[in-house]
Amino acid sequence: MMALLASGPGLAAAIVVLLALAVWSVRKLAALDEQSALGRFGTPVVFGAWIVVFWQILTEAFDVPQVLLPAPSLVWHSLVANGGVLLGDFVQTVVHSALIGWTTGCALGFATGVLIDRSAFLQRGLLPVAALASTVPLVGIAPIMVMWFGFDWHSKAAVVVVMTFFPMLVNTLAGLAESGHMERDLMRSYGASYWRTLVALRIPVALPFVFNALKVNSTLAMIGAIVAEFFGSPVSGLGFRISTEAARLNMGLVWAAIVVAALAGSLLYALLGWVERRATFWHPSFRAAAG
Amino acid sequence: MAAAAIEASRAPARSAIGETWHRAGPVLAVLGVVLVAWYLAAIGLNAAQVIERELEPGWAWQDLVRHTLSMDRPVLPAPHQIALDLYDSIFGWPLDSPRNLLFHTWVTSSATLLGFVMGTALGALLAVLIVHSRTLDRGLFPWIIASQTVPVLAIAPIVIVILGSMGMTGVFPKAVISMYLCFFPVTVALVKGLRSPGVIELELLHTYAASRGDTFWKLRVPASLPFLFPSLRIGIAAGLVGAIVGELPTGAQAGLGARLLTGSYYGNTVQIWSALVMAALLGLALTGGVSLAERLLTPGGRR
Amino acid sequence: MSPPAAATVVEVEHVSVVYPAQENTVTALADVSLAIGEGEFVSLIGPSGCGKTTLLRVIADLETVSSGSVRVNGLAARDARLARAYGYVFQAPALFPWRNVLGNVCLPLEIHGLDKAKAESVAREHLERVGLTGFEGKYPWQLSGGMQQRVSIARALGFEPKLLMMDEPFGALDEITRDRLNEQLLRLWEREKRTVVFVTHSIPEAVFLSSRIVVMSPRPGRIVEVIESGLPSDRTLEIRDTPEFTAIAHRVRVALQEGHGGSGH
Repeated sequence: MMALLASGPGLAAAIVVLLALAVWSVRKLAALDEQSALGRFGTPVVFGAWIVVFWQILTEAFDVPQVLLPAPSLVWHSLVANGGVLLGDFVQTVVHSALIGWTTGCALGFATGVLIDRSAFLQRGLLPVAALASTVPLVGIAPIMVMWFGFDWHSKAAVVVVMTFFPMLVNTLAGLAESGHMERDLMRSYGASYWRTLVALRIPVALPFVFNALKVNSTLAMIGAIVAEFFGSPVSGLGFRISTEAARLNMGLVWAAIVVAALAGSLLYALLGWVERRATFWHPSFRAAAG
Repeated sequence: MAAAAIEASRAPARSAIGETWHRAGPVLAVLGVVLVAWYLAAIGLNAAQVIERELEPGWAWQDLVRHTLSMDRPVLPAPHQIALDLYDSIFGWPLDSPRNLLFHTWVTSSATLLGFVMGTALGALLAVLIVHSRTLDRGLFPWIIASQTVPVLAIAPIVIVILGSMGMTGVFPKAVISMYLCFFPVTVALVKGLRSPGVIELELLHTYAASRGDTFWKLRVPASLPFLFPSLRIGIAAGLVGAIVGELPTGAQAGLGARLLTGSYYGNTVQIWSALVMAALLGLALTGGVSLAERLLTPGGRR
Repeated sequence: MSPPAAATVVEVEHVSVVYPAQENTVTALADVSLAIGEGEFVSLIGPSGCGKTTLLRVIADLETVSSGSVRVNGLAARDARLARAYGYVFQAPALFPWRNVLGNVCLPLEIHGLDKAKAESVAREHLERVGLTGFEGKYPWQLSGGMQQRVSIARALGFEPKLLMMDEPFGALDEITRDRLNEQLLRLWEREKRTVVFVTHSIPEAVFLSSRIVVMSPRPGRIVEVIESGLPSDRTLEIRDTPEFTAIAHRVRVALQEGHGGSGH
């Protein structure tokens, strides 16, 4: 069987058959009703699975150089073999640089938003600056942070703080402005103080915006933490691992590190989405989906 | 709607100059405060080194200020030092010299623009395919959405290495990274935009017995523009970061990213800051360009 | 008191529209038959769920029948649509915000294949007919609701269809604007002798505009009664205070209540 497959025409035939099977299965799933779980998740999962299958077959069959594209099996082996190293990288980049930086940056952004909520003057001054900051490659401050905070994860976290500060500030302000006139007049008729109104009405209303920023910032944090390491890093970290192993052409490990980074990024985002659904179940965007 | 009208009537009427001052005043105030804080910080951060190395005993605070604001390798350069360095670099050297920051700016921006164009084209093509094919919509589109949560920039070194091993160096690998970063937001936004027309508009065209092509060009495409332009702004900013990052791994000689890197290797702080300011200005110029295009291409100066 | 029309423009024969649903099927239309002659102004009136909009959409080939047949100008509904036999006005203006008023009215003409200059001149003519000359360069959001609907009507007149179908076009407007537009629509009809099928849930509007009023009722959707209006075709809004008008409105009201099971609502 393997000999038959290894031969030219045998291989070509096998690939054609598999291709036909792949196309048929994906189209069948895609035609399913959108409401069913199988239709919604089955299609992308099967699509992805077939891509991995063809990736493996093509890299093996055509003996694609490891440099260009390593086979999935090689990536898997690297992942398993270097588990310890990658775990250390994960802690350094994701837990230390990204998470700590993200928490700090979002907290600072939120606090600043609440503080300048009462000053329209400061809002008019800071919002354009925030808009400016979003067009500027903030990752570039990494070398300066290294100079100030050293090579370890602290400088990377500092980069993440700067990157996550502005989106959170903008969203907090937008969210605080979102509560309606009628609701605010209601609180006034109760004689509620500014801070009471803030806690009981305006912050809950602002939550959807805050969560939006938290999610966007989680992606920015991962990017910031990894890319900041490209600029110069200690002996560990996902970004460090990727750039140094890429220079050594050790592609299996590089892809393994990327897989870890990708999984970390999407899991963080999904986790935030789960928390968001619980905290803001009352918002129309969630009600519409459920109802 | 009524609430907005009431709100608008509460706002005081202002003259044109009053309006400009109302908008620009706070920003200038904030920038002014930042400038003052920067100078103070520069004095503070540079003080230790200056006291240790440069000042003679019995120094006065004027000496401290003078020295901290004119160091060769300061911990934090003063704004005027950065400005002077920029001026020297831009006007003191011929445009094709690696000592001129504009040369590096051009290298980085050419990669960004090339990547942006390729990424937008790819994103548009993919969006059109996804909107018209149920299979791609269900099988591929979820992956594209999910990939937005993944730090895509992490693959930059791989792209450089792979393309380098195929003999491609220079602008193209960086443009590929930029392209990769651009096309995700463009695809997602365009799919949303192409699908934005409501049932009523689609039925309207149905009553005209309009062809699929008519519906696409006369309804879907114009309706998608408000979704497209914000994503183009995001895309080009991401592409710029991509191009800069693409200059890091192989120790490239040219480009703003390379300048940042060499500056940090040799401890040349002022060079780092100049490159950063230039990168910031470039980012502003690129997104400003997209906004300008939006202004020109959106008819009637929309609300 | 209209004689058997010269030519029958719309023929609906034993049409049923049934939607299969989870628990019980929904019968939007049950065995409905109607013939509309050339130059008539026919209103379909009834409470929500009576199938009046469904009937209109079936004629326009925006929905398919479960049984029965629909013929427009002698053609099947789908062929009539492809032959661009009618203009349709929706409940909302459905104007494209990226086109100005002139551009919006040109839309069907462009799709029909007219070149730009010809399309624009035709569009200007239509805008004049609905009294919007001078607004060609404005954008939809710069106009009031009533004006937007007038643009929508001018657009529907696009390639001069003989048949005009309107689905509660004035429902979202205030009463004063509505009265004005009713009168304008009536004048338009009187001048141009088009066939109009008009869906409404306002009795005064139906009686004022129509030459024939078709009263429908829900569950299942069916025609309860067809009332001929004998009002003169050059009527104005004042006619609403005359006893003849009140009598017809009364007949319509009674028919509506009957259709609802006689338990006056």
